[in-house]
Amino acid sequence: MMKNKKFRSFIINVGIIVALYLVLTVLIQQGILSRSMRNLLVPIGINIILAVSLNLTVGFLGELSLGHAGFMSCGAYAGCIFAVHSGLPPAVAFPIAILIGGLTAAVFGVIIGIPALRLRGDYLAIVTLAFGEIIRSIFTSLTITGGAKGLQGIPRMMDFNIIFIAAVITVVLIANLVKSRHGRAICSIRDNVIAAESAGINVVYYKLLTFVVSAFFAGVAGVLYGFNVGQLTPPTFDFNKSIEILVMVVMGGMGSIPGSIIAAAVITMLPELLRDLDKYRLLIYAVVLIAVMILNASPRFIAMKENMRNKLRFGKNRRVAE
Amino acid sequence: MALLEVTKLGITFGGLHAVEDFSMQIEKGQLYGLIGPNGAGKTTVFNLLTGVYKPTKGSFCLDGEDLTGKSSIEINKKGIARTFQNIRLFHKMSVIDNVKVGLHNQHGYGIFTSFFRLPRYFQEEKNIDREAVELLKVFGLERERDYLASNLPYGKQRKLEIARALATRPKLLLLDEPAAGMNPNETAELMETIKFVRDQFDMTILLIEHDMRLVAGICERLSVLNFGQELASGETAAVLNNPAVITAYLGE
Amino acid sequence: MLIQQLINGLNLGSIYALIALGYTMVYGIAKMLNFAHGDVIMVGGFTMLVTLTALGASLGANPILLTGAAVLASVAVCTVLGVLIEKIAYKPLRNASPLTVLITAIGVSYFLQSLSLLIFGSNARRVNDFFHLGNIALGDVSISGNTVLTLAVTVLIMIGLTLFIRKTKTGRAMLAVSEDKGAAELMGVNVNRTISVTFAIGSALAAVASILYLASFNSYVDPYMGSLPGIKAFVAAVLGGIGSVPGAMIGGILLGLIETITKAYISTNIADAIVFSVLIIVLLVRPTGLLGKKRMEKV
Repeated sequence: MMKNKKFRSFIINVGIIVALYLVLTVLIQQGILSRSMRNLLVPIGINIILAVSLNLTVGFLGELSLGHAGFMSCGAYAGCIFAVHSGLPPAVAFPIAILIGGLTAAVFGVIIGIPALRLRGDYLAIVTLAFGEIIRSIFTSLTITGGAKGLQGIPRMMDFNIIFIAAVITVVLIANLVKSRHGRAICSIRDNVIAAESAGINVVYYKLLTFVVSAFFAGVAGVLYGFNVGQLTPPTFDFNKSIEILVMVVMGGMGSIPGSIIAAAVITMLPELLRDLDKYRLLIYAVVLIAVMILNASPRFIAMKENMRNKLRFGKNRRVAE
Repeated sequence: MALLEVTKLGITFGGLHAVEDFSMQIEKGQLYGLIGPNGAGKTTVFNLLTGVYKPTKGSFCLDGEDLTGKSSIEINKKGIARTFQNIRLFHKMSVIDNVKVGLHNQHGYGIFTSFFRLPRYFQEEKNIDREAVELLKVFGLERERDYLASNLPYGKQRKLEIARALATRPKLLLLDEPAAGMNPNETAELMETIKFVRDQFDMTILLIEHDMRLVAGICERLSVLNFGQELASGETAAVLNNPAVITAYLGE
Repeated sequence: MLIQQLINGLNLGSIYALIALGYTMVYGIAKMLNFAHGDVIMVGGFTMLVTLTALGASLGANPILLTGAAVLASVAVCTVLGVLIEKIAYKPLRNASPLTVLITAIGVSYFLQSLSLLIFGSNARRVNDFFHLGNIALGDVSISGNTVLTLAVTVLIMIGLTLFIRKTKTGRAMLAVSEDKGAAELMGVNVNRTISVTFAIGSALAAVASILYLASFNSYVDPYMGSLPGIKAFVAAVLGGIGSVPGAMIGGILLGLIETITKAYISTNIADAIVFSVLIIVLLVRPTGLLGKKRMEKV
């Protein structure tokens, strides 16, 4: 029975992915999607990768990171500098650049993961913030990165197919990790470090692992960004970008991968959806942000959610019993 | 040879001797009680035995292997598991996942196996699931397997914590006030469960408890701590009738 | 030359310290990172601009009166704003997770920025000279009067604040709430009022910092002017040990000195990188900052 249930959810997931791909392809080819919406597909995919990977650190490990854009920029610059200077044809350089970007960011994941072993909560948050700012000012002052003017001439390779595949791979890999013994170990650290240690969980190893995996995918997203826009400038990866990704994670629900995906898509589209309100866009965004947070924390709303979850679960149980 | 051999264990916190010169021997299969008034240092002994604190003096061996100064993780892997006085469950995880975390080191598969769901993942997860369900059944928790741990009633949370500790396949199980906050019925049921665990898993158990009925009912031997030092130890009945012990509990 | 730079560093550091006090007091009491604190500085700046322009026409002749009115208006507006922000946005979240509160604070920050963007547009506007105290020459070193004023004001505020916390009932209530909110409430401390007072003081200090900042460094205001000083002051608060009032003062001064010296002798580009690196190194050595309290979890 166990196997059947797993197999069924596997089929459902594959079905959703294929259907989504087909629907979007049709929408694109029939010209139903507006041009500006079409242009948003790649950024949406990139933000999904960023949000899901940050969720691993924030939602599953339970450590606040305010420097995800820093990892993204490490990967972006490493991968794109390689692509610009390697002289390889773009189609060859691209996959190598993705790997280089991911690995470089992963190395920085280790570097930032080490303070994470010593610091707690808000102190770690500020270190990740500091890391993002340090990286940004270093990239602004180096010549190989093009300084403040930015890195130019990156081949623009991104299209819907590539980003769709990249996002699906990322989501599947991270979801697989989460639903394994390693994922359980990571979550146990979030819930109670002392109990995790006394249950034999190697907290140091799993904290580092989480930072590394999270940074790796942020780096990949950075490379994809570079190949989409064609240039990299340091202000793109500032504190506000880190916050934007964090907002996606929190809005989507900590520790919920589908939530991160939906929130990433909606928040990326928001400026476009609110285009008619042009001047008031940011203001509305801010108000919505505050309102959602307050609503989410209100006891009455929490009780309502709990109720719904219980109903859903009992519905399921009944079906199993039959 | 005793399973646990504690020799003159001691720890000081800034001049305060929280535990001093504490020795104890627990034979395999024994149900051993550690009692004493509040603040006597009982939980500190647990923290020393599980690596939460490093002893400043003395040593302890499990099965002849010296574990003094080892980390919590190593000590757990060597065979000591515990529960906590203030329950420490993984509250946002499901009941069964709590037990599965306990099984973490029993079934190994690597990071890449989990990333790509290689066949080994499915094999091992099947084993993990089976063993977790078995443990839940022992504690009557199989119906709540998908509940969030934090949604369990108090008594069941205590049981789940014991199940998680057992999942790490320890040689020695430390229970820190397992009956705290339970009513007499629940306590009686818990006593049965503890005995059952000892027999079923062939387990050696050291427990801290204030409930004297429970202690007198199931412990074979006792050590009594007072102000960080051993006041008495020996057969349960003898210790409980020891005038010094009675004085320590009730005052002059 | 070095002395000159040290004095400049002290000047900048005092301003960071004033802002950091707001972060640290709010953190100590409400256990939250108030990311909107930097934007209160911005509101203070715009209030100066508006009052100076509006009153300039009527009161024009008397610069002291004019400046005084603008300073009062700025402090008043920021104080009220701080209290309002707390009441509207943070109070419903007293028992929410720290991350929820953090995101809300960021939301408030965005709100203030976008609102002033709507009202004033994105161009930086110059605030007319309001303080101009001339220079004081001490041998080779010439110190601007504004610097002296900044240092004097900061020292006074710090002494006043320390006395306030130690000697007054409200101050001691603040200490009690920061130690244990629940216990303080049981002892009859009005927690809500104490939190409001904390926000009021923090925001008033931010207004003062804003005025001094405009006076000594950059007399332009724009909707984002609070971000960077805000983050720097936040770093200063963490450096000193967040929650600790003397820590914020020391952290702020240190940060100002490091930044100024780096800019003068190493490079302007990487000054920020060095400031942030110092923070990371300090935290690695002392995980709770210079004067922060270490809290042990009881097992």
